[in-house]
Amino acid sequence: MSIQNPNLRPLNSLATHSVLLAYTLLALFPIVLVVINSFKSRQAIFNEPLAWPTPSSFTLEGYVRILERSDFALYFYNSFVVTIVPLFLVMLFAAMAAWALAEYRFRGNRLMALYLAIGIMIPIRLGTVSILEIIVGLNLVNTLLALILVYTAQGLPLAIFILTEYMRQVPRDLKEAARCDGASEYRIFFQIAVPLTRPALATVAVFTMVPIWNDLWFPLILAPAEHTRTIQLGVQQFIGQYSTDWNSVLSALTLAVMPALILYMFFSRQLIRGLTAGAVK
Amino acid sequence: MRAIRLRPVPWHLLFFLGPAVVIYTLFSAWPLLDTLRLSLYTSAGPGQRVFHGLGNFVTLLTDPHWSAAFWNALWNNTKFFLIHLLVQNPIGLLLAALISLPGLRLARTYRTLIFLPTLLSVVIIGFIWQLILSPLWGVSEGLLEAVGLGHLFSAWLGRESTALITLALISVWQFVGIPLMLLYASLIQVPDELIEAAVVEGASSWRIFWQIKFPLILPTLGLVTILTFVGNFNAFELIYAVKGALGGPNFSTDILGTFFYRTFFGYQSQVGSPTMGAAVASMMFFIILCGVMVYLYVIQRRLHRYDV
Repeated sequence: MSIQNPNLRPLNSLATHSVLLAYTLLALFPIVLVVINSFKSRQAIFNEPLAWPTPSSFTLEGYVRILERSDFALYFYNSFVVTIVPLFLVMLFAAMAAWALAEYRFRGNRLMALYLAIGIMIPIRLGTVSILEIIVGLNLVNTLLALILVYTAQGLPLAIFILTEYMRQVPRDLKEAARCDGASEYRIFFQIAVPLTRPALATVAVFTMVPIWNDLWFPLILAPAEHTRTIQLGVQQFIGQYSTDWNSVLSALTLAVMPALILYMFFSRQLIRGLTAGAVK
Repeated sequence: MRAIRLRPVPWHLLFFLGPAVVIYTLFSAWPLLDTLRLSLYTSAGPGQRVFHGLGNFVTLLTDPHWSAAFWNALWNNTKFFLIHLLVQNPIGLLLAALISLPGLRLARTYRTLIFLPTLLSVVIIGFIWQLILSPLWGVSEGLLEAVGLGHLFSAWLGRESTALITLALISVWQFVGIPLMLLYASLIQVPDELIEAAVVEGASSWRIFWQIKFPLILPTLGLVTILTFVGNFNAFELIYAVKGALGGPNFSTDILGTFFYRTFFGYQSQVGSPTMGAAVASMMFFIILCGVMVYLYVIQRRLHRYDV
């Protein structure tokens, strides 16, 4: 991989790096701009938007006001719960279903795979009218459980689809050897199939987690109450209310972006490892 | 029944498939079907619904008030999608092709950083770009002035003629990471022997890309296109965050997602209607279904001929 391709001549290499560098700057500029300005005084935000905070322009007043005016810690907690619980359930249930679809021949296998795959292409949002009626019927409006159930259902189809491909690649020798030794199907799944598909699980985790963490639609409709607000809804409401207070707005956006940025520092490696493991084999 | 003959009781099947199938059915598949059913009903007083046939759809497509709003949202949504198709996918392909060049230094860094905005929330991205493009703050105006293009600046998000395009480009900026990653993963799966053989024969990177790699990644390009289609015809957050549920100015950024939200939930003077909302959702369902069918039966079938 690290061998220099004789084809990549210096000129080409320079052009390639210029394009990629320019695009990288374009991708990062808006985020960096908001983060650095969130630490500056109102005057500095407007006079010198592109400057880094200096000792004279540095301030945390935006953050202080957020803490006074709204409950960001609670929003983070809510977002965390409605992301992590569905993530765990999706990974577990999807891996199990994928194993069943990949490993066992049974009547209706293909039909079941197709049924579960419909949810990849048809967004769960289109069923919102009925979902709300079900949630009302279960008396779960303005609860985190409502979001957990819907997000688990939302994440399953794609996760099952991806994992089925990987489950098919579990070497037959290993499974047959385990069966000869008298291992149960459950044991083969948990002790052979799951560990072998771990790189794929990391990829699936990212694909599952991101849309859930970032969702505004279902919190807005199923759980808009103050005590169940997720970070997206909290920020949206906060900015609507204090749109003229630039310090607070910039600080709120920075706070909202931070968890994703920090998580990405860990998960980007996982994601890339998963992708290359699937590609290079 | 036959399954039982093969294996006494398929307990393991129930165990492995059960949880996923139950949750998926209750909270995804069934609500979708039920929404289609609800679209055939209309409200007759509080809590009462009567069968209305295709009445809601007739209203949606022929009533002057409803149909104008519906076609406007559909047309805006189509433009939103076309901008993605023509801007996001070519940029994603270009970046993926460059990053997958063998021996490129910093490839991992580029890939990681360019993918970053994709992971962030649409709501936050919407607000961030709203600030950056705001004439009040003047950041984009200042940047344009710095390169002598200051006269080009205007309040793009505020004008009817440019708001939708601007929002679509913001969305492209954010989601270019998806075609990038999928195409990249597909490009590095192209067998090394093929590339090496071409290199030995003196083919340029340019030819290697178009004549060897590109045909092999066409199925992925098709997949990216349908994912973009579904994502776009289901979009809501960006418009809602930046422009509110009315898709202003003057409904010029109203897309099906915001139209669905207003119809179902109501907004300002408009009273929400679950059955009318279900009809709008059903229209979105049929549009997305058409796109998926075209993908499955036309694009994918044709592309599979290229498969080895």
